[in-house]
Amino acid sequence: MKKAIVRKDSYFDSVFLMQLSKGLKAQPGVIDAVVAMGTPMNLELLRGMGYAESELATASPNDLVTAVECPDADSVEAAFVAAAELLARKKRSGPSAQTAPASIGAAIESLPGANLAIISLPGAWAAREARKALNAGLHVMLFSDNVSLEDEIALKTLGREKGLLVMGPDCGTAIIDGKPLCFANVVRQGPIGVVAAAGTGLQEVTCLIDRFGSGVSQGIGTGGRDLKNEKVGGITMLMGIEALARDAATSVIAIVSKPPARSVAERVVAALEKTGKPSIVHFVGMEPPSPRPGSKLRYAGSLEETAALAVEFATGKAPAPGDLNLDMLAEQEAKRLAPGQRFLRGYYTGGTVADEAMILLQKLTGAVHSNNQTDPALLLPDPKVSIGHTIVDLGDDVFTVGRPHPMIDPSTRTERILAEKDDASIAVVLVDVVLGYGSHDDPAGALVPALVEARKAAEKRGGYLPVVASVIGTPGDHQGMAAQVAKLEAAGCLVMPSNFRAASLAARIVAKAAVAPGGTDSFAAKAGHK
Amino acid sequence: MSATNTASAEKGRGDPIDLFSSDLKVVNLGLESFADNLRVHGVEVVQVDWKPPAGGDARMVALLDRIASSSRVDVEAANAVAVSRILKGKPTLVGVGTALDTVPGMTKTTVLHSGPPITWDRMCGPMRGAVIGGLIYEGLAATREEAERLAASGEIRFDPCHHHDSVGPMAGVMTASMPVWIFENATFGNRAYCTFNEGLGKVLRYGAFSREVLDRLKWIETELAPIMAKALAAHGPLDMKNIIAQVLQMGDEGHNRNRAGTSLIIREFAPHLVRLAASGTDPEKIAKVLTFMHGNDHFFLNLSMPASKCTVDAARGIEGSTVIIGMARNGTDFGIRVSGLGDRWFTGPASRVEGLYLPGFGPEDAALDIGDSVITETAGIGGFAMAAAPAIVQFVGGSPEDALAITRRMYEITLAENDVYRIPILDFRGTPTGIDLRKIVETGILPAINTGIAHKEPGVGMVGAGLVKPPENCFRDALSAFAERYTN
Repeated sequence: MKKAIVRKDSYFDSVFLMQLSKGLKAQPGVIDAVVAMGTPMNLELLRGMGYAESELATASPNDLVTAVECPDADSVEAAFVAAAELLARKKRSGPSAQTAPASIGAAIESLPGANLAIISLPGAWAAREARKALNAGLHVMLFSDNVSLEDEIALKTLGREKGLLVMGPDCGTAIIDGKPLCFANVVRQGPIGVVAAAGTGLQEVTCLIDRFGSGVSQGIGTGGRDLKNEKVGGITMLMGIEALARDAATSVIAIVSKPPARSVAERVVAALEKTGKPSIVHFVGMEPPSPRPGSKLRYAGSLEETAALAVEFATGKAPAPGDLNLDMLAEQEAKRLAPGQRFLRGYYTGGTVADEAMILLQKLTGAVHSNNQTDPALLLPDPKVSIGHTIVDLGDDVFTVGRPHPMIDPSTRTERILAEKDDASIAVVLVDVVLGYGSHDDPAGALVPALVEARKAAEKRGGYLPVVASVIGTPGDHQGMAAQVAKLEAAGCLVMPSNFRAASLAARIVAKAAVAPGGTDSFAAKAGHK
Repeated sequence: MSATNTASAEKGRGDPIDLFSSDLKVVNLGLESFADNLRVHGVEVVQVDWKPPAGGDARMVALLDRIASSSRVDVEAANAVAVSRILKGKPTLVGVGTALDTVPGMTKTTVLHSGPPITWDRMCGPMRGAVIGGLIYEGLAATREEAERLAASGEIRFDPCHHHDSVGPMAGVMTASMPVWIFENATFGNRAYCTFNEGLGKVLRYGAFSREVLDRLKWIETELAPIMAKALAAHGPLDMKNIIAQVLQMGDEGHNRNRAGTSLIIREFAPHLVRLAASGTDPEKIAKVLTFMHGNDHFFLNLSMPASKCTVDAARGIEGSTVIIGMARNGTDFGIRVSGLGDRWFTGPASRVEGLYLPGFGPEDAALDIGDSVITETAGIGGFAMAAAPAIVQFVGGSPEDALAITRRMYEITLAENDVYRIPILDFRGTPTGIDLRKIVETGILPAINTGIAHKEPGVGMVGAGLVKPPENCFRDALSAFAERYTN
């Protein structure tokens, strides 16, 4: 039976409720459960699921709706009790929850000298609160997505007038004054300032800087549209560069962005030249132009190279390249593949690293399907199903409606891997594992069982499934970098020191699969049909 | 706008480099784990207990934004004027008079009542009882039935106390012969009036009209009021702002707890009362007055109310101000008035009071929220100063911590902190003053109102006390009207 109850005036944030719904579903005797605010969208969803209109009629967006489906009335009541207990746990947590300020204005009053507002509210409300923060003189980190372009332009214009940074919208990570914000990693402090219009790009670059022995002064996120959209015009990026130019603690500046609008790219490069500080630019997917003679500006071709060049400028010494022989590794793996295994499947949780892999593989192996593809011909017809070579970004909105981001809830990815494990054409699986605050407490541990099952399935049908992984993180991250790598390696994964190298290795395995005896035939046959 | 906000806004331009060079201090809205992570790194973080603005009502949010961006009205400036007038007010007890002679617009056939305007047919039980008692007291009717017929006949003019510079607790019935306290706001010259408090139990304000009630009213008129008038004349004008400041430091909040205030009044008047014996007043009568005050903790309520009324009235009618300058209930409707919206009432259904009941009574006996005593909250004491009176938080089954929380919450919907009324346990922070309509609608935080509970039937009296939530719609309606008047 299905039953819904409405609790008036009880606001909880949606991520918390999604986790709660998941916890409730796991209770014995619960077939399905939804705990959500009574927004029109959620109510529509519940009606669609068959809950009675009469039970939903009184719900407003400020009311909590608990809807459960159980085999009988007793288990329905038990589920409601369980839901109340889970909710009470939240109420009790947090210091003096009773007197927490209810508005941004009251919060600012209670914290003299407040200088940053971090906003991770539903997008529809986030811009409004961000405006209040700016008007009160606070810099803003806007974690929320679904903020309209008009709002972004208005907020950034207001911020610029007031000399305040607006990081975001959809800014998942930043490092300010050595403090990791939102999904950032615990990175050593140092002389390199990074501004990035790419969330996991910023994480990958700052973590690699740490690994290469240097550190980060500031890591500023701008949100994905900052450089991409001419109307936004890189306001945050340009303010960030200008501030880093004046920051005595920053001696090297590194810039990372998804492909920018041309005019914005030119302005960014000009601003960097003006700083007089050594600078590295990486526009994901753009062929790096050769440096202007006498310029201190360098273009990097990958996130790893961005970090390496920055560290080289900062320390005067290029990081040791390491003794990885990707070709040899690829050879060893490809040898064990069965005929017919020829496609690569990249299951990503980080958007920028997914793009980096997609663009690299596109170059090395040809057509790669993805939900992030800009070429309509290569856009996955159904993002939930892989075809041919596929790199899927599981952090995409289509996967995060009604459930947390896969960095928080790994089941989005493990379910996908298991659903596709019986596809005999898969030659290699490529994954990212993102550590840091906000991410799952044990992402490798949560991922490994699905990878092991996929490998077993391949073995059962007489094949072999190489899994290539990279871990974005530092020894300071609470998940434990070494332990995460060890878990992956124990499961037979090839763990590469960067996403770039992981993608490179995967591409080489695919390439060698194509020339392996079985693979050649079918690949050639398919190519011949074209 | 708060002092802190103003200060940071006046600092002028920000600079991202400030963020790099000074300690990070974060206000976090949304995922609490972001705050927890930063605390691990030693960052000071305040988590906002955020809710969708206006309860997620998109229309209200649009109105708030429209008002904020309107070039036709400078709400901040108007509110600054309103608030400064409230803060500068100096309520002073200046005399005792008779309603007919002193209260503006009073006539022999007028019955003033609490709350927004209401007709006889819509009056709740306790108010009807009080009207009946008032008509009998005035000699306009001899029996309950006669009084009811007269009340329904149209010959009696019913009007809110608030329309006559007056306030009345519970049913708030004031008739021509009743003695009244006369208050003057010494800063602005405006006056306010209120009847004498009759004590607890079976009393007119709770709708009782039995012989003992009427006898007591007569005694108030013929002995208590004249004696107090003489004592006051000897004492001279009494600075009520000073007294209220003191009672807040003695465990009163000036609405539901008036024990300290009543004690201070006795102290103020005792020598002057004693001396009246020398000029011919019967010492037994003086003793009865002192005994009456001693036995009625709420004697002071009928002083804190007009004090609040003449304070807040100075902020009426300021163009463009969203400050609430009137809240009142008549047992059927709850109503508010807003400074920038003239004398218009915005009403909603009176609520049920959450509270404790006297032995033998329960929620089923209770009338709905009633009385003008919410003028104290309007002025920033009463429920808004709950932190000063932890003893009475038990009315709502709460702990002293809840009392602090209630007051702290009221800072979210007010514009200023009182510079004279201060609360010791909050480190002498001023009471939350100047209720902003916009903030109520935006945060969904409703004014915290302490109140007594009347029996729903006329003639029974008080059955309990507690805390009441006003109806949200009157604030929303007022905001709509404000937007209509001041934008477009």
